[in-house]
Amino acid sequence: MENVNRRKYGFSDIIRDPRGWRESPSFDSTMHKWTGKIRDFIVGVCIAIIVIGVCYVILGPIFGIVSRAIMTREDVINPLIFLIPQNFTTASLNYAITHMNYFGVFRDIFVGLFSADGTFSFDYVLALREFSNWGALFGTLIFAGFFSLLHVMVCSMIGYGFARFKYPGVNALFALVIITIVVPVHSYMVPMFINFRFFFGTDINLINSWWALGLLTATGVGLRSGLYIYIFRQFFRGLPKEIEEAAFIDGAGPFYTYIKVMMPNAVPAIITVLLFAFVWHYNDTFYTSLLMPQVNMMSTYLMALVDTYATAERDFNPLGQQMVLFAGVLLAIAPILTLYMFLQRYFVEGLERSGIVG
Amino acid sequence: MKAKAGRKGLTLRNRELVWGLIFISPWLIGVIFFFLFNLIQSVVFSFNNLIIDQVHGGFDLHWVGLRHYHDIFFIDGNFVRELFESVGFMLLNVPLIIFFSLFMAILLNRAFMGRGLVRAIFFLPVIMATSAIEGSLELIMGIVMGGVSSVPDDVMRAQQGFDAQSIAMMLSQFGIPMQVVEYIIEAIAMLHSVIRAGGVQILIFLAALQAIPPSMYEVAQIEGATGYEAFWKITIPMVSPLILTNVIYTIVDTFVQSDVVATARATAFQNVYVLEGVRGFDFGRGSAMAVVSSLLACLVLMVVGWAISKYVFYYN
Repeated sequence: MENVNRRKYGFSDIIRDPRGWRESPSFDSTMHKWTGKIRDFIVGVCIAIIVIGVCYVILGPIFGIVSRAIMTREDVINPLIFLIPQNFTTASLNYAITHMNYFGVFRDIFVGLFSADGTFSFDYVLALREFSNWGALFGTLIFAGFFSLLHVMVCSMIGYGFARFKYPGVNALFALVIITIVVPVHSYMVPMFINFRFFFGTDINLINSWWALGLLTATGVGLRSGLYIYIFRQFFRGLPKEIEEAAFIDGAGPFYTYIKVMMPNAVPAIITVLLFAFVWHYNDTFYTSLLMPQVNMMSTYLMALVDTYATAERDFNPLGQQMVLFAGVLLAIAPILTLYMFLQRYFVEGLERSGIVG
Repeated sequence: MKAKAGRKGLTLRNRELVWGLIFISPWLIGVIFFFLFNLIQSVVFSFNNLIIDQVHGGFDLHWVGLRHYHDIFFIDGNFVRELFESVGFMLLNVPLIIFFSLFMAILLNRAFMGRGLVRAIFFLPVIMATSAIEGSLELIMGIVMGGVSSVPDDVMRAQQGFDAQSIAMMLSQFGIPMQVVEYIIEAIAMLHSVIRAGGVQILIFLAALQAIPPSMYEVAQIEGATGYEAFWKITIPMVSPLILTNVIYTIVDTFVQSDVVATARATAFQNVYVLEGVRGFDFGRGSAMAVVSSLLACLVLMVVGWAISKYVFYYN
């Protein structure tokens, strides 16, 4: 009855008696193990191919831009050279730094950092006197930094107001927050421009100053403010209510509780909003070109760079224009890429913990 | 604080109302004056000619009724085409981005070496998403040979011996309908933009996948479910709320970058009448375009949102 072959099979046994091996449980378990391994291997290779391919599509342009920015013109023309330049040059980069006003007044200060006799001196008088000419890099960084801080201050407060206070109509108001996220800004860009050009019927012109965007941000309807309000609301709702109750019992008012108890606990949400607001303001071209078209930002300089080059150098060869453009793009994305390299963990984790998910 | 509230004679409920309104008061001002007011004015402007008074300052509105709407629909040769092209592109693009990002999230959800690095790379397009460098990215992509996605068909055939047309022919020979083949070709051609547009969606899906309790899969396995069944009965229902979120996010994102928005903007803010000797901005017509395209986008959002929300499963 029990005719199942329960022998142990070694390699030599398999050679001697393949038929017996095939009918034994040993065969089943071996094959099971191997099919599993082969399947895992094939799946792994497929995943690797897809993931590496997609990574290449994302990273390829960045490598391309970096390599083109440091190539000489001979290398660009030479079809044998791909990505790795033969002759390095900083000519394109220098041109872009000068014409994008990249460092502004700091360019002179950097040059004068080490004087001829080797002493170190930072000309802060010059830096402060020429503070309107801090250049595209520092100007844009300060702009983005200021607005991201403003976003955190305002949106955390509004988010707290939506998270913890219950009164009739609060859900309808929060639905309005969602509507501000979903309705594209473009649908009301004309009145927005007009209302800042003639500030609500008066002759005050807020275009080309930080005021227009500042007012939008300070009232929680700026660049993706709705999303930040949403993030803060979800985060505050997730915090245990006991902390606040303890603070209330100890005699803290709602505002004091918000500043001293809730905000220190909301560091993950603050970091998320700070980073995203910073990057989005740095990259934004819609609000800057609509509300402050003559305030010089990185993107403004970048978009004008090729025209400047073509007219100033009388070079209408697309290759030469490309080289300058790529140098400019490299300079424009370099700060963000550096930031991302050090803080990418917070970007990725921040989005996951932001409360959008569940 | 309690004493103070007592002095004011506020009940607990009133106190909540007052403090709640105080906390959201900046937003209330903003949403009334900079959002709702602007939305209404946008509609009002679209029925008017808006002329900026260069001498005295200020602006005047001249009622023209439906003329701008008549113009953009029946006189303007491009607007209607662009409108439908943009919506068509949206309807084509959104499913692609959603499927792609769900697929990538499922891949990335497995444990493998260098997963953190890959996630960081996938998120990179979000960091660099700006229209200022978009054009140069497309340009360099063609130069470093980003594969099928970037190179025009004829160049590709000459350079790499890859012939998209012959594959299309082959597929249609198999009896696959031409529309499907065209969709596939289109999808391959958009690979680059789909990958670049999917960064946020991938991370959202990834977080959703990691939030699914592993015990569900264990139970399913014990009960004898295959991986395929587990995917359709566990994974899809559990991430379905996020599918809705991602679809809405993607629709808005695609719409903001569409041609019709760019046209509306250009119409409103460029001196379109310079050649005809009338200097000025055509704010009224730009508003009309913005209103029409936004209404269409909202309609698409509502229909798609309603259709998907019928299938969304909420675990809690």
